[in-house]
Amino acid sequence: MNVLLDHFAEFRDGFIGTVEITAVSSVIALVLGLLLAGFRVSPVPPLRFFGTAWVTLLRNTPLTLLFLVSFFVVPEIFFPGMSPFLLGSLALGFYTASFVCEAVRSGIGTVPLGQAEAARSIGMSFTQTLRLIVLPQATRTVIPPLSSIFIALTKNSAIAGAFSVTELFGWQKLMSEDGYDIVPVFIWVALGYLIVTFAISGLFRLLERRMEVAR
Amino acid sequence: MMLRKSAAVAAIAVLALTATACGGKSGSAGDKQSAQPGSSGAPQLPTYAVASNVTLDSPTFKAAKARGKLIIGSKADQPYLGFEDQSTKERSGFDVEIAKMIAADLGFKPDQIEWKTVDSGVRETAISKGQVDYYVGTYTINDKRKKLVGFAGPYYKAGADLLVRKDDNSITGKDSVKGKKVCSIVGSTPLQEIKKPEYGASVVELAKYSDCVQQLLSKQVDAVTTDDAILKGYAAKNSGKLHVVGKPFTEEPYGVGMNKDDKALRDFINSSLEKHEQDGTYKKIYDATLGLSGSTYQAPPTVVRY
Repeated sequence: MNVLLDHFAEFRDGFIGTVEITAVSSVIALVLGLLLAGFRVSPVPPLRFFGTAWVTLLRNTPLTLLFLVSFFVVPEIFFPGMSPFLLGSLALGFYTASFVCEAVRSGIGTVPLGQAEAARSIGMSFTQTLRLIVLPQATRTVIPPLSSIFIALTKNSAIAGAFSVTELFGWQKLMSEDGYDIVPVFIWVALGYLIVTFAISGLFRLLERRMEVAR
Repeated sequence: MMLRKSAAVAAIAVLALTATACGGKSGSAGDKQSAQPGSSGAPQLPTYAVASNVTLDSPTFKAAKARGKLIIGSKADQPYLGFEDQSTKERSGFDVEIAKMIAADLGFKPDQIEWKTVDSGVRETAISKGQVDYYVGTYTINDKRKKLVGFAGPYYKAGADLLVRKDDNSITGKDSVKGKKVCSIVGSTPLQEIKKPEYGASVVELAKYSDCVQQLLSKQVDAVTTDDAILKGYAAKNSGKLHVVGKPFTEEPYGVGMNKDDKALRDFINSSLEKHEQDGTYKKIYDATLGLSGSTYQAPPTVVRY
């Protein structure tokens, strides 16, 4: 208890840092993931190829390696002096986007083919079909895997702490350097993560309930 | 046939030689250390006389004696302090030599030492759980830690300092880092110090010092801060490119960590440190390790017995 009371300001900063990077990279992952899923099912071969390449490359690369590349290579070649927070959010977002893409694609797969064919027969374009007919129906199926993906993203954000992003897990390093016993420190860190991940799973449970349809 | 074979062997040998020569000179992380002690011109490391018939009323010592070897905790990624060559598994550096010197006084030969790499975050746990007999690895003595482990020493008075590129004259000390990018590792004490608004530096936090040094060499950051001992190690490794500013702005007395209740061992190590500071062994160790950075020798602080 002492550890938390004595260093509450640092703990709070770390907690806010974790929430921030989780939020920012979640938005990046969701937008990019949807776009990539659209690419992967689109009738245009170069787009399909791009989507497949993205997923293959980023889903199969260790996140630490992506962070290393984004922190040591990207600033050196492209944008010198880019903020570590942005670099970290991009690495985490790009990585998670590949998982979001695959979850959405699997959701699209659950929508009967007749739906898309019917949409096309009344003259809808590909984007209209996807936006108005397929994605709304796919959403239901996609929600449970998405919640797992975003919980995983929260926990993955701990790696960002090693790359100059203030986040919750970094607080542990600070405290152990200060000479506190690590067991209570870890308990508080775990509790911090639990708050974030519980909020995410609660949010998704809510969404699930609202979209429930008797089949 | 015979000729071709021996020619091939010779070619391979030449290749191997040039390859190792390259590895020895370049200074990137994980490479072999340059200017190995023993090479011509470099100061020689002292040898330690192994004591015999040591009796000590210490549970740690008795356990080590019974198992026939001593387990020493150390760092493996700090060049010229506690460094393990990943290809030969050989340890070298100032802290490693201090640990060996104490081991010799305790009556353990070099081949009776088992090294264990213990990271900063788990030092207290490793010591109090008895995973190591004692620990030598840039371990700053402070009151909070004294509640968890026992400290012999200090054997070296370190202090937070700045490592900068040799061609960069704009940083001369802690007062000239305003607006500069300073790198250190996540959670470290010097980082907390340099973060204070009075310095006005922008801070980059990375996982390892070698990452910081990498960023310093590629001009992503302007300085690296941590204990001067660690910085001297990197300066020695990248001599010609980096140097330590030489104005420490905190005090970090390094101690030998061990079980909190083992007063007998603590006193023994304190005496051992004092003895070798007087007989010159200590200075020899410094000259052959950290001294290679070009920083001048400073007399060790007086041992504090408690």
